[in-house]
Amino acid sequence: MSRLEILRFALRGLAANKLRSFLTTLGILIGVAAVILLVAFGEGASQSIQQSIQRLGANTLTVSASFSGGGFGGPVGANRQSTGPRTQARQLTLEDAKALADPEQVPSAKSVSPVVTTSSATAVRDGVSHTISQLVGTYPSYFEATNKPVGTGAYFVNDDVLAARKVMVIGQTVAEELFGSTNPVGEQVSVSGVPFTVVGVLKESGSGLGGQDADDVAIVPLPAVQQSLTGFGALGSIVVQATGADTTTSAQAEVTAVLNQRHGITPTGAADYRILNQATLQETVSSTIGVFTALLGAVAAISLLVGGIGITNIMLVTVTERTREIGIRKAIGAPRSAILGQFLLEATVLSLLGGLTGVAIAFVGTRFTIAGISPVLVPSSIVLALGVSVGIGLFFGGYPANRAAKLRPIQALRHE
Amino acid sequence: MSTPVLSLTDITKTYGRGDAQVQALRGVSLTVERGDYVAVMGASGSGKSTLMNILGCLDVPSSGRYLIDGTDVGTLDERRLAVLRNRKIGFVFQSFNLIPRMSALANVELPMAYGGVAPQERRARALAALEQVGLSDRVRHEPNELSGGQQQRVAVARALVTSPALLLADEPTGNLDTKATGDVLEILDRLSDSGRTIVLITHEDDVAAHAKRVIRLVDGLIVEDDRQAPVDGPPPRTTRTVSTRQTVSTPQAPQVSEAAS
Repeated sequence: MSRLEILRFALRGLAANKLRSFLTTLGILIGVAAVILLVAFGEGASQSIQQSIQRLGANTLTVSASFSGGGFGGPVGANRQSTGPRTQARQLTLEDAKALADPEQVPSAKSVSPVVTTSSATAVRDGVSHTISQLVGTYPSYFEATNKPVGTGAYFVNDDVLAARKVMVIGQTVAEELFGSTNPVGEQVSVSGVPFTVVGVLKESGSGLGGQDADDVAIVPLPAVQQSLTGFGALGSIVVQATGADTTTSAQAEVTAVLNQRHGITPTGAADYRILNQATLQETVSSTIGVFTALLGAVAAISLLVGGIGITNIMLVTVTERTREIGIRKAIGAPRSAILGQFLLEATVLSLLGGLTGVAIAFVGTRFTIAGISPVLVPSSIVLALGVSVGIGLFFGGYPANRAAKLRPIQALRHE
Repeated sequence: MSTPVLSLTDITKTYGRGDAQVQALRGVSLTVERGDYVAVMGASGSGKSTLMNILGCLDVPSSGRYLIDGTDVGTLDERRLAVLRNRKIGFVFQSFNLIPRMSALANVELPMAYGGVAPQERRARALAALEQVGLSDRVRHEPNELSGGQQQRVAVARALVTSPALLLADEPTGNLDTKATGDVLEILDRLSDSGRTIVLITHEDDVAAHAKRVIRLVDGLIVEDDRQAPVDGPPPRTTRTVSTRQTVSTPQAPQVSEAAS
């Protein structure tokens, strides 16, 4: 008898118990959908974080002061002048930045931008006030290093820095909050009572790491912010841009050497600063997310397995329930292969149906953005989940089907 | 001339082992010629159902030789046994044994589906078989929409649709009322008249009266073998209306067939 015929018998068998077939299918459906969705969310999270990191600027090292460094009363900081009561470590200074800008000592650096950051500065314009979450005082090279291009207007230039002019480049969010739809370039904004002239507006960059708005920012020349807001103290950080992707590691080594020398840190001592390397950060993050994605996938795979056991269970019930029918079929001449095929196909159709519906649901599910993560379908996860679901049908359906096929007709007929 | 449809030599069947051992058949030898209509009678526990299961290749004998249409059943593997059941034997059960939730037509088509008959021919033959049992107007009905008698007629149609060498009926009227019993027996008579070989099991004398030959089993042995009508003649009830039985001594069936041919 033809395979089509056996398939028809199998479908008829499934249709006879629609609710049961549906519930069994549901188990596989949830398993497959869960695998695909969770992997897609993992991938989506990974990609969005990678993008956020990339937005911070390519090939950059961020040097920031580390308060845990130096050690309490340690030999390193002991002969150094302490800069504050909380720590014996030295802060980063403008002199550090200038030393790093020396092409002799740090040849791999393309630019060095000292950065001072004030959070929550209140900007007022015509009675409208807005709290800028990040006010950055820096050098013009900062724009390139951190990948912040200006959309309208212009950057401030080195002259502005030298003259400590009160000019300002603002992010999209700040522009919208303070100016609405009017062009902010050339307008005045006062920050803590100090008037700044807006010279440019940054291009929109979207949300940054941790859902923080990367457009809620204002960038001004370093001396201007020091004069009016923060004072001439320590730097928040120093952004060093390497000459290329392959020189970030050597740049890091050079920066470390210069700072160790300036801060008097021995090779065995703990540093009083930290260097954040964009490339290593990216690697670390992606490997961490890879682990999480694998973990999510494994949890989902367990639900797929449970669905498979559900199929075995229901097929065993079906075979027991239909023992008599199997006996009749055998008595009228059904070969073992036809019985085996029928029950195997029933199991496979169940799991395939569940698998395909699961894929469909996963497709729909990945169109929604949940918790700021837009999922990205991974084709291999679809292939894997579908393949596994069919495999489950064959594997978990095999035992009951084989049991049905091996029944002796007389035993099967006597079964009540 | 032709090989007998059934040929059993010293068939025994033992169930269980040790103290619980039961000898259902203690050495049955039987030959059934083509066209014969045999009724096997016996009280319950006489071994008639066991014999029927062995004849239908649903069970295997403990010892002895069994030929269907000249084929030694004992030498066949699973797959060939299935083919044999499909091609040579049509089975009618006491409890009808139709497959639920399948229309009468689909039930009758089923053996041909396993036999590899093309769908169109299958349909035509199934419809013809259903017409033969007078159920042309019930082809789309499922078993639970049919009366017992109708179900059994579907089962008869299913059994004969493959033109088997042998039609086996295990108490086919056991679950039927008088009217339905009459219908089914009439169909069997007609089939016998058209030359079909039939073996049926019954414990009712009325049913056995339709057969050309009556065999009585007691405790797993044949104790009586009555010939009521010649093998190549019509079954007794179609020719005569009287129920008086004419006992023909038939020590060996082959002799009868030789005389007939």
